[in-house]
Amino acid sequence: MRIARIAAIAAAATLALSAAACGDKGGESTGGEQKDFAAGTTMEKLNKAQKIKIGTKFDQPGFGQKGLSGKPEGFDVEVATIIASELGIPEDKIEWVEAPSKTREDKIVNGDVDLVVATYTINDKRKERVAFAGPYYEAGQNIMVRKDDSTITGPDSFKDGTKKVCSATGSTPAEEIKKYVKDVASQLVLFDTYDKCKDALKNKQVDAVTTDNVILLGYIAKDEDSFKMAGDNFTKEPYGIGVKKDDTEFRNFINDLLEKIFTDGRWKKAWDETAGKFGAKLGEAPTVNRY
Amino acid sequence: MKTELSVLYDAPGPRQKKITWIGSILTLVALLAAAYVLVYRPLDAKGQFSMELWGPYVAPANENFDQLWDRLGFGLRQTLAAAVLAILSSLIFGTLLAVLRVQLRSVVRRTYTGFNLPVAYLLRGLSWTLSAVTRFCVEVFRGLPVVITIFFVGRGFPEFGISLEILWYLVIGLTIYNGVVIAEILRSGMEGLPGGQREAAEALGLSPLQTTRMILLPQSFRIMLPALISQIVVILKDTSLGFIISYEDTLNIAKQIIGVLDNPIQTYVVIGTIFIGVNYSLSKLAQYVQHRLARGRRTSPTRTGAAGTELETEAVAGTTT
Amino acid sequence: MSVLIDKFDVFAGGFWLTLQICVLAGTGALALGAVMAVLRISPLPPLRAVGTAYVTIFRNVPLTVVMFFAAFGLPALGSNANFLRIPVLDSVFSRLGTDLPYFRFAVIALALYTAAFVCEALRSGVNAVPPGQAEAARSLGMTFTQNLRHVVLPQSWKAAAVPLGSVIIAMIKNSALAGFFGVVGDLAQSADQLTSAEGYPFVPVAIGISIGYLIMTVPLGLLLDRMERRQAVAR
Repeated sequence: MRIARIAAIAAAATLALSAAACGDKGGESTGGEQKDFAAGTTMEKLNKAQKIKIGTKFDQPGFGQKGLSGKPEGFDVEVATIIASELGIPEDKIEWVEAPSKTREDKIVNGDVDLVVATYTINDKRKERVAFAGPYYEAGQNIMVRKDDSTITGPDSFKDGTKKVCSATGSTPAEEIKKYVKDVASQLVLFDTYDKCKDALKNKQVDAVTTDNVILLGYIAKDEDSFKMAGDNFTKEPYGIGVKKDDTEFRNFINDLLEKIFTDGRWKKAWDETAGKFGAKLGEAPTVNRY
Repeated sequence: MKTELSVLYDAPGPRQKKITWIGSILTLVALLAAAYVLVYRPLDAKGQFSMELWGPYVAPANENFDQLWDRLGFGLRQTLAAAVLAILSSLIFGTLLAVLRVQLRSVVRRTYTGFNLPVAYLLRGLSWTLSAVTRFCVEVFRGLPVVITIFFVGRGFPEFGISLEILWYLVIGLTIYNGVVIAEILRSGMEGLPGGQREAAEALGLSPLQTTRMILLPQSFRIMLPALISQIVVILKDTSLGFIISYEDTLNIAKQIIGVLDNPIQTYVVIGTIFIGVNYSLSKLAQYVQHRLARGRRTSPTRTGAAGTELETEAVAGTTT
Repeated sequence: MSVLIDKFDVFAGGFWLTLQICVLAGTGALALGAVMAVLRISPLPPLRAVGTAYVTIFRNVPLTVVMFFAAFGLPALGSNANFLRIPVLDSVFSRLGTDLPYFRFAVIALALYTAAFVCEALRSGVNAVPPGQAEAARSLGMTFTQNLRHVVLPQSWKAAAVPLGSVIIAMIKNSALAGFFGVVGDLAQSADQLTSAEGYPFVPVAIGISIGYLIMTVPLGLLLDRMERRQAVAR
């Protein structure tokens, strides 16, 4: 019957397409190392599997941005690559998963990724669901304004209810700025990415963009004539590496590794090759928090 | 189109033709002037027509040209993969659901005279419950936006421990929504068929399932083809909603490109054109297929024809995004 | 489940905002769609071309792209959609009059997109009117405009009502996208906010916003089903 034939062709096509869609990952291996880790730890598991899934941002210039090459680049990406190589996993075996702000905890809890390095601020609320290694960098929330605008000097400038500010849905800076904004409905604009905020600022639809200073520095560096930083950081945002909540051995491993790279030059090198190009200062290495 | 034009006004005589000509030229000039003043000038003032912004898309010599079109090609392949999978599974799921609902309707009417009284009541109760549950699910998933359905699948499945690739979340979300819509389209097509068909099948000794499978379903497909086609176009457009669960389809790739090259308007014009091109060809192809099928057979009598047009326009007029 | 009660004001606010978007965009879409439908059947070829081009573009482009152009293309053209800040209206639809243009942009995008479908629905209604009616009107000497106004359009309403209804239902569902383009506080965006930023459990929030959307779409859907069945019988 014609219908049976059509159905058979359709089924075959579906199978072929799903194979094509799923099977396109990974290339040839270029030498992973067998390392010795204690049995039963995450490190041993990852080393044996010679594969690791890392969550990072795809849209933050300087930290995690997927460009035309198809691979994410940035400071977070470099730090994550260093961790992977210490686990004996080569760079091309890393699977980069996009972890937008709001999905980071879910992705760790569900096991979609093995760790998250994505401008991930450590705070107590998040510690209820995941565990943090680090911090590996201390950022702070700040505000970006148009170059010719001197009316906004800090978060208090929003208290009078006339200035409009933009941020990303579900991010800590958005929650933080809500404390300073007089009327959320007429002053706060939320998009899914900061890119859109930057465009809105340029188009004069909003008066400010608020998020961590390094993200803003990336945008300012790309468009120096249009933007500038409004003042100083008004919060402390320690960036951490998110892992599963009870995985203490993995956390210790990463913390030990971080302390090593703070001093042996790899940390500075990673910065200089990425976010450092925007003229941002690295500052002192933070102290890891082994809680 | 031709018929309606000729019935609404007379065939133009020489004077009318002159007036139409003059009117057309004036309108054309007015439209062009408006386009220039309202669209071209402001954009040009902001430098949106510069080669710097358009270069990566049109000039092969530009350094980013190759990489950019590589990425776009990747995005398009992802979109097509998701679309084809979603279309196939929606059609299958929709057909099964439609058959299920039609069967349930006839099962509910049976009276189970052969069984004891309590068993008969139990069977009737069960079939009634099943029918009600199906109806409830269908109404719920028809009433929810497909964005929400995809969002639920993408966030909900992992919470319940089911962990799949993002592509499958998108396909499952699209299938649930579009499958239900397709089921409704097919079901109303089947119910719009003349009752005589069903009676004749019964007289021939066919079971309800056989009737549905061999007689009602094929005709329903043929009659509802325009509605099904426009639903397929909808599925293709809805794959662009994958960005909310980070699926790297054409639109998401476009966002990444904009992040690097900072040319949003140019990128979206190119993407929009691509989408229009693909969807328009898809619709034209489907119309051609429909004409070929219609040529070889007589269409059903007036009652179906009228119901068909109505339902087809309902679905054609817009089921979702 | 407690989130449904604790944050009921968020759900209610989201519902109200979505309703506002739908009402405004719906009115705009109906008006614009009617204009486009007239353009498509007008005797002047350039006008017909404009109508056809409009419908082809907006039916084949995803709503996301339209919303994007409204949110970022319009400012590039220098407009803040200030023409929509109608004095009396913005006391009821509070977001209309604020400095933040994104609500107005979302309404414009949704109206533009839906108008194409409204146009097609109206055209199918006009096509359903028996041609003999228009011919009789013409033979009586009515001009194009008189023909449309007094004979064809009044009869086309009945046939166009059901497709129009389903277009409106589709629009209500499409309004969920507005939350992703800068409109803070509508139903879909509240769900996003509650589950991610504020970490509430997923299932209750899902139920909450589902109820919100279903309140709007299911009654309309049932009404449409009734109308359709009545019309099928009347045939």
